[in-house]
Amino acid sequence: MTAVITDQAPPILKGPSDKEKKYDRQLRLWAASGQQALEDAHILLLNSGAGTVGVETLKNLVLPGIGKFTIADNATVKHADLGVNFFLDEDCLGKPRSECCVKLLQELNPDVKGDWFPREKGESLESLFGHGHNFTLIMYSLPIEAESLALVQKYAEKNQVPLLSIHSAGFYSYFRIHLPGTFPIVDTHPESTATTDLRLLTPWPELSKFAADVTADIENQSAHEHGHIPYVALLLHYLGKWKDIHGSLPSTYKEKTAFRDTVSAGARRDNPEGGEENFDEATAAVLKTISAPSLASSVKEVFDYKPSEVEASSSFWVITDAIKQFYGKHNALPLPGSVPDMKAQSTIYVQLQNIYKAKARRDISEVLEIVRAHPSGKDVEVAEIETFSKNAAFIKLIRGIDSTPPSIQTIASQEFENDKTAELTMMPLSLLPIYLSLNATSHLPSASSSDILATVGKDVLGASDNQRLVEAAEEVARAKGGELHNISALTGGMVAQEVIKIITKQYIPIDNTCVFDGIISRAQVLRI
Amino acid sequence: MSQPVMVAGTIPVPALEPDSRWTYLDNVRRNTGPYTSEEFDTSDEAVSTMDRLKVLGAGGLGCELLKDLALSGFKDIHVIDMDTIDVSNLNRQFLFRHSDVGKSKAEVAARFVEKRVKGVSITPHNCKIQDKDEDFYMQFNIVICGLDSIEARRWMNSTLINLADPENPESYKPLIDGGTEDCQIAGLSTQLGFKGQSRVVFPTITSCLECQLDMHAPRQAVPLCTLATIPRQPEHCIEWAHIIAWEQEQPFPKLDNDDPEHITWLYKKALARAEEFKISGVTYSLTQGVVKNIIPAIASTNAIIAASCCNEAFKIATQTNPSLGFEENYMMYSGNDSIYTYTFKHEKKDDCPVCGQLARDLEVDPNFTLQEFIESLAERAEAQLKKPSIRAESHTLYMQSPVSLEEMTRPNLKKKIGELVGNGDEIAITDPSLGTVNFKYKLKFFKEYRAAV
Ligand SMILES: [Zn+2]
Repeated sequence: MTAVITDQAPPILKGPSDKEKKYDRQLRLWAASGQQALEDAHILLLNSGAGTVGVETLKNLVLPGIGKFTIADNATVKHADLGVNFFLDEDCLGKPRSECCVKLLQELNPDVKGDWFPREKGESLESLFGHGHNFTLIMYSLPIEAESLALVQKYAEKNQVPLLSIHSAGFYSYFRIHLPGTFPIVDTHPESTATTDLRLLTPWPELSKFAADVTADIENQSAHEHGHIPYVALLLHYLGKWKDIHGSLPSTYKEKTAFRDTVSAGARRDNPEGGEENFDEATAAVLKTISAPSLASSVKEVFDYKPSEVEASSSFWVITDAIKQFYGKHNALPLPGSVPDMKAQSTIYVQLQNIYKAKARRDISEVLEIVRAHPSGKDVEVAEIETFSKNAAFIKLIRGIDSTPPSIQTIASQEFENDKTAELTMMPLSLLPIYLSLNATSHLPSASSSDILATVGKDVLGASDNQRLVEAAEEVARAKGGELHNISALTGGMVAQEVIKIITKQYIPIDNTCVFDGIISRAQVLRI
Repeated sequence: MSQPVMVAGTIPVPALEPDSRWTYLDNVRRNTGPYTSEEFDTSDEAVSTMDRLKVLGAGGLGCELLKDLALSGFKDIHVIDMDTIDVSNLNRQFLFRHSDVGKSKAEVAARFVEKRVKGVSITPHNCKIQDKDEDFYMQFNIVICGLDSIEARRWMNSTLINLADPENPESYKPLIDGGTEDCQIAGLSTQLGFKGQSRVVFPTITSCLECQLDMHAPRQAVPLCTLATIPRQPEHCIEWAHIIAWEQEQPFPKLDNDDPEHITWLYKKALARAEEFKISGVTYSLTQGVVKNIIPAIASTNAIIAASCCNEAFKIATQTNPSLGFEENYMMYSGNDSIYTYTFKHEKKDDCPVCGQLARDLEVDPNFTLQEFIESLAERAEAQLKKPSIRAESHTLYMQSPVSLEEMTRPNLKKKIGELVGNGDEIAITDPSLGTVNFKYKLKFFKEYRAAV
């Protein structure tokens, strides 16, 4: 069998480096691997209009130490900029907005490189894209000229670069992510409460033996021993007894609650505490742990996806293929191998931990063998297979924007249909009207509400009779294309979170459009 | 031949009056919208009232708050923060540079924003919020807090509610609270960092932070016996080093969480203990995290929450749109898995110890000693009082200070509740976290009192 290295190297007694100190609070979120990905990234912002939301986004990326950023912007700084953009001051009036913003943003973090464009008056956008830059991700703020948009879209398409559009006006904003192809994520960071996987219905021999050993002669154990049997062993013990009586394991809700009562009845109550903590833990864990594992719909989606030929040779799809085979054979995913804390003696708990760890290692070895047998599996790194196996229940595939997305009319009909029953279902009303109204000004500095409604009406039937659309159009018209700093700061925070998720390939980005309503303080993610 | 494509900035910058810094703010301040109320006033006079409003920003969201308030058109801003700048702040608190480490956060931030945004006055207060009295808080029109502890929040909440005087409309200070560090709803959410919440309180009129206290359940402490005898997790070994080994060995006169030498001592101790029990996972970073109770924090989440708070302050001050408060008053934000906001109305509680009228029922076992009862108050989600002093209707049960009173009332700690008070009696509790406010409870015995034989 192929060897798997999982034991940690012995810890080295040394304090954190300067960089670790500065980035301590974020390294706890995305670790050194995420940080490295950020430091390797080069982000381009194509800025226009009131010009603040993109700069606020960059602020939140410069601070955590993105490698490099470039701002392309043709505007010169005006007084109105100074009332909305924090990264400009009086000295900037009349100067190129790109250069001024870059300089003040760079002050935030000496480890980050900043660049601006155009360097000389009259330089065309083509020359920026012709320079052989390797942009990791491109953001552009709206409104934008149609020709510029076509150019940046062409570049992103050709170079397979994620593209983000951002539009902030008055109290409203939206942003949309255009990922090149599918976007699979392994390191999704599920809530720790969701990750407990103890396999109590399908124990393997070592685990069964452990449970039998620590519950042997349970009636006659000393108070100390009895009160420290780990709940995993207690549950296995009582499951065995249940099976002896009923012939099968508890499966219905009614059976499980009856089983829970049996467990609870096993606790000794003739002590000063009037019960035992380990039995309380066992009782509380019954409904959550005594159930056959089922495949999450997001994992099914990954399994069902047919990767293209190019995709299929990537390590993600090679490992997925192996995990799928593993699942087909065992009707279970590889064991993650972690054990939650529970009342137990130290040595017994460590013994239990080792049993789960050993099983997890065996599962990983099996996956590794399947991977190695795959035509593209020779060079897949063991560490990647380990991470993948441990997190197999939480992998996720973002499909991105469909090649033939549903029409706006279809989405609108569905959203407005939902709104009719919103009061009954206690669901918030759709924010689609905001998206539609902002989208109608994608290439205009500002527009009247009737112009906005006329544009929306080209895609959505009866737009001007829809009260909420009329109101959204009026609110967008009221802003006259101006940004409010708070809304742009808030949106810039959300966009930066998404950029970090995409670059680090950790956590789960939106799919694919997020609308924010600063009047009712609510966001909605739409697939458009 | 087609023209070369220029950078996107050729979309003209929209402008009403090209020379006005506040053009964009004026778009919404001087024009009605579909959701503005009938009283909304777009006149010069109405717009200029904002120049006279005084707002206070408190705590860890300070940099973002000051930037957002200054660019929202507020002219008279105060900031209160007792902290000094640490190198680990630099990844998100963007007004601070490496050369500022060790200086007062409030002072550096105030000077920076005042310099950047002309015409704004920012007054720093380098002290604890508890160091200021009611007269100080009375001068503000709106208070925004981004405080990083529940204790400080509760203090600010009860202080502002105490100010509210029906005879004086000026005394009602809207409180806007933002946080990214304790947004766990009933302890369900464990992954912080991409999450936060903002909420608006109209004192005595809408649900206050105390009404919402049970939504922010305290972290369960690990029992001492686990630390002392049966550690199982790396955290248990670190807590052992922190609580037990340090006390026993006293390697330095006083533990300083920011001193790397002290953290290294704890780390080595914890590591040795972990090896003894064959527990893996003790690292320097984890040691520091456990000892300082470090919660992950990033610039973008701070930006979201601070801007949400300032957006509400702006709407309250200008009436340019409805704010959170009377209907929905609480927004939760989560960015871990896609983006999710939950905006809802948290109902005011009539028996809220701070803003309610009624004494709250408190179920208690009369056979508890007063000591046990006091300890239980720290753990109850709706109380969370760590240093309570307790008075019954006619006599004092226990006082934490002054020393003379503590000594006098100490013997009561060993007495049983049923011996000290009767079923249905009211008690009043004070605690440093509540400022001058009392908690009023009506005791309900849920067990029979068995007098000691
Ligand atoms: Zn209250």
